[in-house]
Amino acid sequence: MELYSLTVHELKELLHKREVSAQEVTKSYLERIKEVEPKIDALVTITEEFALERAKVADEMIKNGEAKDLTGIPVIIKDNISTEGIRTTCSSKMLENYIPPYNATVVERLLNEGVVILGKSNLDEFAMGSSTENSAFKTTKNPWDLSRVPGGSSGGSAAAVAADEAAFALGSDTGGSIRQPASLCGVVGMKPTYGLVSRYGLVAFASSLDQIGPFTKDVTDCAIVLNAIAGHDPMDSTSVKIEKPDYTSYLKEDIKGLRIGVAKEFFGAGIEEGVKETVEKAIKVFEDLGAEIIDISVPYVEYALPAYYIIASAEASSNLARYDGIRYGHIAKNYEDLVDMYMTSRSEGFGKEVKRRIMLGTYALSSGYYDAYYKKALKVRTLIKNDFERAFEKCDVIVGPTSPTVAFKIGERTNDPLAMYLADIYTVSVNIAGLPAISIPCGLSEGLPVGLQIIGKHFDEGRILNVAYAFEKAYKFDAKPQAIGGER
Amino acid sequence: MAISKSEVEYIAKLARLKFTEEEIEAMAQELSKILDYVNKLNELDTENVEPTAHIVPIHNVFREDEVKPSMPREKVLMNAPFTEQGCFKVPKIIE
Repeated sequence: MELYSLTVHELKELLHKREVSAQEVTKSYLERIKEVEPKIDALVTITEEFALERAKVADEMIKNGEAKDLTGIPVIIKDNISTEGIRTTCSSKMLENYIPPYNATVVERLLNEGVVILGKSNLDEFAMGSSTENSAFKTTKNPWDLSRVPGGSSGGSAAAVAADEAAFALGSDTGGSIRQPASLCGVVGMKPTYGLVSRYGLVAFASSLDQIGPFTKDVTDCAIVLNAIAGHDPMDSTSVKIEKPDYTSYLKEDIKGLRIGVAKEFFGAGIEEGVKETVEKAIKVFEDLGAEIIDISVPYVEYALPAYYIIASAEASSNLARYDGIRYGHIAKNYEDLVDMYMTSRSEGFGKEVKRRIMLGTYALSSGYYDAYYKKALKVRTLIKNDFERAFEKCDVIVGPTSPTVAFKIGERTNDPLAMYLADIYTVSVNIAGLPAISIPCGLSEGLPVGLQIIGKHFDEGRILNVAYAFEKAYKFDAKPQAIGGER
Repeated sequence: MAISKSEVEYIAKLARLKFTEEEIEAMAQELSKILDYVNKLNELDTENVEPTAHIVPIHNVFREDEVKPSMPREKVLMNAPFTEQGCFKVPKIIE
């Protein structure tokens, strides 16, 4: 057993007992990265020197009896989350050389815990995409099958955790960008309730939908990381002031009598037979554990994807207006006047999908179309929110597949934006309604991981973790990706 | 619903983006296809539905108007392609 194959809580135990040092753990991961990264391409930047420096700090903390849950634990951060002094590119030519002058709140919180940052992970440019193929730098490969995508947009973070390049990772989820890649890579990924985790320092895509969350190797680790990153932040006025529980206190196997909702809308057209069967088996596990399975209906969820593409693109077109080539980011070499400087810089800096969404969003917000598209989508958002509220009167959580398919082939959907958008069909409604949800591996189909999505009420992450933990204990998912090799 | 090439040109101007002739053609087709899909929303009667812009109730956040240290100037300017005398430098605007 190599150090890099351990979970956060296993590493924590060894570190606290001083059976290994943070420097040994860090070196094990850096070696692992050197070994598998040429095959996976999960990382945009590797911060070897900084990692070794941080490992020394962690060892000092442990020596002084100041060890916390994440002291000495190696992490990879999605490259749209600001890291002071470390290049943060959003996998875009626009920010290829951008070095943030400050840390995102989540990064600050992790550093205070004593984590070791190993690097920054690849994503679809500005988090727009479902496969990481929209990255301006590289396409990340799925560790289970190198000819397939890892999902996206946080594909680098998901693949890195699946390939043991980090003990855990951070991602961001606007329409499924944590849960869908977690599902496709066979790891645990959580999108917390909107407002639970500070967005300060997350490069904005769609501000009313974006949320930062963890990728981990198991449910226990997810609770530990959530403990570290959740909580009110005065720098993000949409972050909510609530009493933060100890999320690990929900890691219990008992779910007897819990009401688990299953909605037919989450098994609609486009779902692969293998995914459907695997998820149905998972639901049977909950039944065996004594949970009550309740048929529910969320009819408006069918409209979540079109509403999402209007809302997210509208917000993106506004958020990305800041890239003007003057304060930071790419600037054109040749231009005629000020307006031409803006246009040329932006057109050179942004990739195809980003431009497409800026165009769609600008159109939806433009005079004459605002009511027909943007306002209409916001009204449908109300219907979807009410749908979930009604459903949660009958059940405590809702379960279903995270993605309608297993990991698809690289290149398969790049020429059809709509086909790519459909990858998020089961995840977007959760962002539209601001709810928390987790994806946990629940089996294999055609040798590739299938994710089970568990959706909860607002700020009911504890219950989600309880259900996920009970499942994980009853159904051990111990398959490992075989496409990368190495001692595990 | 089809979106025309001239509409694409107009939207591009609003969005401060530039496209080649072929890109305009492709963008018109792609946006038309996406908008066709989005028009699915018109199946729903939303006449009496209130729009939701933010899902959790948020309110204005106030604080005392106290002077606090802000980011040092050199950090603010560190990513700017052109600076002069501690300021961002922009192309000439007035002839």
